Amino acid sequence: MLLINESNLEAPDTFYEALIDTHRELDEAQSQALNARLILLLANHIGRHDVLMQALDAARDCRSPHD
Amino acid sequence: MALNADSDSAAIQQHVFEYRRSPEQSAARAVRHPVVIVGAGPVGLSLAIDLAQRGQRVLLLDNDDRLSTGSRAICFAKRTLEIWDRLGVGDAMCAKGVEWSIGKVFFNGALLYRFDLLPEHGHERPAFINLQQYYVEAYLAARAAELPNLEIRWRSAVVGCSQGPECAMLEIETPDGRYAVEADYVAACDGSRSSLRELLGLESKGRVFRDRFLIADVKMEADFPAERWFWFDPPFHLGQSVLLHRQPDNVWRIDFQLGWDADPEVEKQRENIEPRVRAMLHAALGREPAFELEWASVYTFACKRMDRFVHGRVIFAGDAAHGVSPFGARGANSGVQDADNLGWKLDLVLRGTAPRALLDSYGPEREYAADENILNSTRATDFITPKSPISRLFRDATLHLARQHPFARRLVNSGRLSVPATLSASPLNTPDRDVFAGAMVPGSAAADAPLPGGDWLLRRLAGHGFTALVFDGDATALDLDASGAVPVTAISLPADGEVARRYDAQAGTVYLLRPDQHVCARWRNPRATDIAAALNRALGRT
Repeated sequence: MLLINESNLEAPDTFYEALIDTHRELDEAQSQALNARLILLLANHIGRHDVLMQALDAARDCRSPHD
Repeated sequence: MALNADSDSAAIQQHVFEYRRSPEQSAARAVRHPVVIVGAGPVGLSLAIDLAQRGQRVLLLDNDDRLSTGSRAICFAKRTLEIWDRLGVGDAMCAKGVEWSIGKVFFNGALLYRFDLLPEHGHERPAFINLQQYYVEAYLAARAAELPNLEIRWRSAVVGCSQGPECAMLEIETPDGRYAVEADYVAACDGSRSSLRELLGLESKGRVFRDRFLIADVKMEADFPAERWFWFDPPFHLGQSVLLHRQPDNVWRIDFQLGWDADPEVEKQRENIEPRVRAMLHAALGREPAFELEWASVYTFACKRMDRFVHGRVIFAGDAAHGVSPFGARGANSGVQDADNLGWKLDLVLRGTAPRALLDSYGPEREYAADENILNSTRATDFITPKSPISRLFRDATLHLARQHPFARRLVNSGRLSVPATLSASPLNTPDRDVFAGAMVPGSAAADAPLPGGDWLLRRLAGHGFTALVFDGDATALDLDASGAVPVTAISLPADGEVARRYDAQAGTVYLLRPDQHVCARWRNPRATDIAAALNRALGRT
């Protein structure tokens, strides 16, 4: 299965706002810990190993806008 | 004085095996032995007994005259016990050992979850027993002493090794000086600091972990159950991990992670160990029973292996060939499986029944198993002792999630405990022609199962050759005697019930098992020619 990279979120702007909001009033370490838990929860939900491997590659290879 | 393996632990650890000058020391020329095994630890002794039971004349050399000091390896897995059953020592080990199959994992002092390593009933042997290594060696040494064609020479250190076209030559140092022996084959079972490996200029390479651990074996009256308890970051040992195991004789193994900066000389001091043990007991029991420190050691470890285990006439097994971290009990257990893999091959090659290729197959089969053990033990070590801030972050996130979310418990890794490797890629296997379900694929170690009448399948395989499991069929019709140069023992089994379920068997199904009880071929309705071809392949003839 291919990693979906077209928009797939039901409510993109609302999700993005909720994601930032979730980190409100957390210090750097707490935010890092929350992100780690979030990645693990989402990875388990996705489940498919091939999709997760593509997501790891995509996250690592993402170029900065100046490249 | 002969060793009495039923003595108490002090007598066993103090037992000194008698050094005797060998008449070979005054022989005009070096005496030739079919097989010389170097190292009388659990691996060397198991291999020596196996070969002697097969009728080979075996010489076993050890540089010392004592059994293991301290308990060292303690967790012996089901597969190891099944191998020892074949060697005649399984009952003694199990009678003395502490059976267990339940593990509990704690985080910040609270129970996260428990696991059962043998959730399925109908196996004669438990998932694990805990037994001090000196007891293991004592039972093996006592068994070895019953075999007239097995000679152990104590205080006989190998100090030279060379190989020629005809044989290998070993130089042996004894209290009476040096002498030489010749050997058709040499099995190097001489441990992680193998002198044979060094003498041949070979290396075991891999990853050294920058962490230190303290093992404390304490004797006390305590009512912990016979379970494996693992604490991540407990309040009584902040930032580190602790492992608790029960051994026979009311001895408890406590393993404290110390970190790389700990000073091993300081940590080894009794006055520094006792407060750690007291804190752990207080936290876990709410009281501090009186205890006695039996043995302690501070250790580091590496996950490593030799590039190849077979070097001409010298074959490496156990810690000499590969090393793992202790999390998962994959050291001694994999070494005994090395011996199990090597014994029958060496025997058939020495007899001329099988070609050298059979012996060579030991290399890739056990190198594959070592890789699997190293992978599992490295992953566990990286989880237990994270080596970077991000690794620690994900480790802690996993532990925090595990309280509420079952999926995260599957990611928590306090050691993936030893199970036999499935040798799926072995050239000795005949690939499946028919469709089967379940775990008993070619290359797997045969699973035990209860048989009608109260017997056990693996007990029925107690012979030492090839076996055909014939489900509800006519074993005589297969004409097994005509199928190859080695005898095959047929065992008739019912095509219903637990054994048939575990082997996905129907009427007419046949499994061919190697002498080490690994499946090498299976069919729904084979002809005699199928079995002959599979035997030839399993003997390395094709």
